[in-house]
Amino acid sequence: MLSVSSSPHVRAREDAGRIMRDVIIALVPALVASYFFFGIAGIMLTAIACIAALATEIALLAWRGRKVDHAAVYSALVTAVLMTFCVSPLVPWWMVVVGAVVAIGIGKHAFGGLGHNIFNPALVGRAFLMSAYMVPMTTWKLPDGISGATPLAHMKIGAYDKLPSLWHLALGDIGGCIGETSAILLLAGAAYLLVRRVITWHVPVAYLGALAVFVWIFGGTTKGGAGLDVHVFNGLGPMNLGAIPVHLLAGGVILGACFMATDYVSSPMTPKGMIIFGVGCGILTGVIRIFGGYPEGTSYAILLMNMTVPLIDRATMPRLFGARRLMKKKGAA
Amino acid sequence: MITFRGGVHPPAHKGLTDELALDDAAPPAVVRVPLQQHIGAPAKPVVEKGAAVKLGQTIAEPGGFVSVPHHAPVSGTVKAIKEYPHASGRALLAIEIENDGQDTPADELEPMPDWRAVPVEALRDRVRAAGIVGLGGAAFPTHVKLSPPKDKPIHTVIINGAECEPYLTCDYRLMIETPDAVLVGADIVRRCVGAERVIVGIEDNKPRAVEMMERNARDLDKVEIAAVHTKYPQGSELQLIRAVAGAELPKSKLPMEAGVVVQNVGTALAIYEAVVGGKPLVDRAVTVTGPGVVSPRNLRVRLGTLCNELIEQAGGMTPDVGRVIMGGPMMGLAMPGADVPCMKSTSGLLLLLRHDLVSYELNPCIRCGKCETHCPAGLATARIGLAVELGNIERAEALAVLECIECGCCSYVCPARRPMTQLMRVGKSKVLKERARRKIGA
Ligand code: SF4
Ligand code: SF4
Repeated sequence: MLSVSSSPHVRAREDAGRIMRDVIIALVPALVASYFFFGIAGIMLTAIACIAALATEIALLAWRGRKVDHAAVYSALVTAVLMTFCVSPLVPWWMVVVGAVVAIGIGKHAFGGLGHNIFNPALVGRAFLMSAYMVPMTTWKLPDGISGATPLAHMKIGAYDKLPSLWHLALGDIGGCIGETSAILLLAGAAYLLVRRVITWHVPVAYLGALAVFVWIFGGTTKGGAGLDVHVFNGLGPMNLGAIPVHLLAGGVILGACFMATDYVSSPMTPKGMIIFGVGCGILTGVIRIFGGYPEGTSYAILLMNMTVPLIDRATMPRLFGARRLMKKKGAA
Repeated sequence: MITFRGGVHPPAHKGLTDELALDDAAPPAVVRVPLQQHIGAPAKPVVEKGAAVKLGQTIAEPGGFVSVPHHAPVSGTVKAIKEYPHASGRALLAIEIENDGQDTPADELEPMPDWRAVPVEALRDRVRAAGIVGLGGAAFPTHVKLSPPKDKPIHTVIINGAECEPYLTCDYRLMIETPDAVLVGADIVRRCVGAERVIVGIEDNKPRAVEMMERNARDLDKVEIAAVHTKYPQGSELQLIRAVAGAELPKSKLPMEAGVVVQNVGTALAIYEAVVGGKPLVDRAVTVTGPGVVSPRNLRVRLGTLCNELIEQAGGMTPDVGRVIMGGPMMGLAMPGADVPCMKSTSGLLLLLRHDLVSYELNPCIRCGKCETHCPAGLATARIGLAVELGNIERAEALAVLECIECGCCSYVCPARRPMTQLMRVGKSKVLKERARRKIGA
């Protein structure tokens, strides 16, 4: 039997399932690292969240009479992993179940399912947990076993002498959420996604670049194990390059910039739009971290920028071929 | 290198046939010449059942200005004028000729070896009388392109040797085997439109073609060979003009607005043969290829030969063929069967295997933006697709759906496997219907 259908008759290998699988692959190194820093808890919590997210996804698809396809299943897994990555390794297991159910149920399906959600579902789940269970969500475990504050919390209160060195910040054996601490491994994962063309550079570079410029101008704070200049202030002050690496490496901004702000569904569609979105995320993160009440600002920055996406999309249509340079004659050339 | 924005890089698969010289396909026992082989009005038959015809004799006359005659591809007897399956999937009128195997020439057209002394009008008439249409696939009657209005001076003739569709290699073979004839054809075009120069655009993944054409162009004045970026759809007229002449035209404008006329390599060769040799368009180069063909070939084929017979001459089909495509994989036409005659626009026959087949479904858009960043027309493809899906034709029109060149890049890249090109086609036809309705209403 010959089949007839509309051209094109070939297609690129990337499909939604494969893309989501690549995202999961890119996140595995950071998950493995969490095992060495915080023990088995992170991996267990991630597995539990995955099961909860999958169950919720399948149940809701069935209830809404939709087919359960690869894209939906894999994207639910990505949501679960990302949400678990931004909770403390000390949270109880049922909390990630609640988070996963909220992420999939409210973050995704309340808006119409895959493709229709305005907000990044993982961040919706995390934001819910943050407001419902503030204390367990902000109790940290340090790799040496005792609980304590994260580097950003030290920054916030001006305890610069307690900051770990840049090396530890990059490696990630510091206090923080399950999957956000190892900047190096997250960047390796992001590089993998760039090579596989799952993401483009626009959002991460715009995001991290804007945050760097922002903290350079407004938040020159460095001190401590990094052995950098001691210019202690919080707020407006002389421009201090030393603040930049600390802010980029500490907290969840690399996870956010490379894996959450790049979420297809809740970010703009054109490269120009992505840059605007990334810059917005970077500035908001800087504002919250330096002027706001929380030490960390990544999730709320991205959630706020998610709301602006329809606007950004409308303002950044692709340029129609032939709209400019019409009739540029090159007859004599 | 200057190129265009967007586009994709599908695997080329040219290795199946690019080293194979063009062979003459065996002339079939019966040819079926469809009357509709080009854009514009179908031709009107001028022979009757039972008539004896010679090779190259006019058997159908143009049905209007944008139309061309057709000629007998073999000598023999007209057996019937009746409906026959057509590549489009419909049954359309075709003239059936039984081949007497003699190839007795009709010699209707006088050769013009000293064509440089022939008036331009006579050259254009010759091109039309020879039944020439664009052989790149669009099949637009060539004489129309050779008659630019006085107020649209043409400065450049672009010869399209990009051949950007995967699998197809017949233009490549023509550039290697008959570069001189192609260049003379180009020169005839240049003279017809009064242009100063000729640029041949060839994708840079065909260095041998670039080299052969360059070697033959060396002694010619004002002929340039331009190696253009290898990227699909580099061979699309508007994209090629952008790459070699720097002019960016919207689809709603004709190339002559930018002072440019584009002709395909095969068309240039046909023009040469018609003018210098007095030979009407009765055959063309066709690449028969794909994983579903036992031994892929480049063939010179009499028009009206059934695709089945060509596949036989390429060793036959493998058992797991799932789709027979006339043309290339990106823009070609999937046919319900191969019992269909080759036409002037048939650049290739591509047989794909069942397990390689693509299916597209109306999955939800995951807003990845890939379709928009790869769209060479610069369309907000994802949003148009959504508008069409929701039946919002006004929005689709406002988003310039009519500028879509139907290249297929959006469907090719969509990770959600949405039938984007199909949605564009639906959108375009609905917009046009709506416009026609408005006109009647007004
Ligand atoms: S088919 Fe149309 S919409 Fe799709 S990429 Fe080509 S020009 Fe753009
Ligand atoms: S490529 Fe497909 S999924 Fe991506 S934006 Fe376009 S239509 Fe949506």
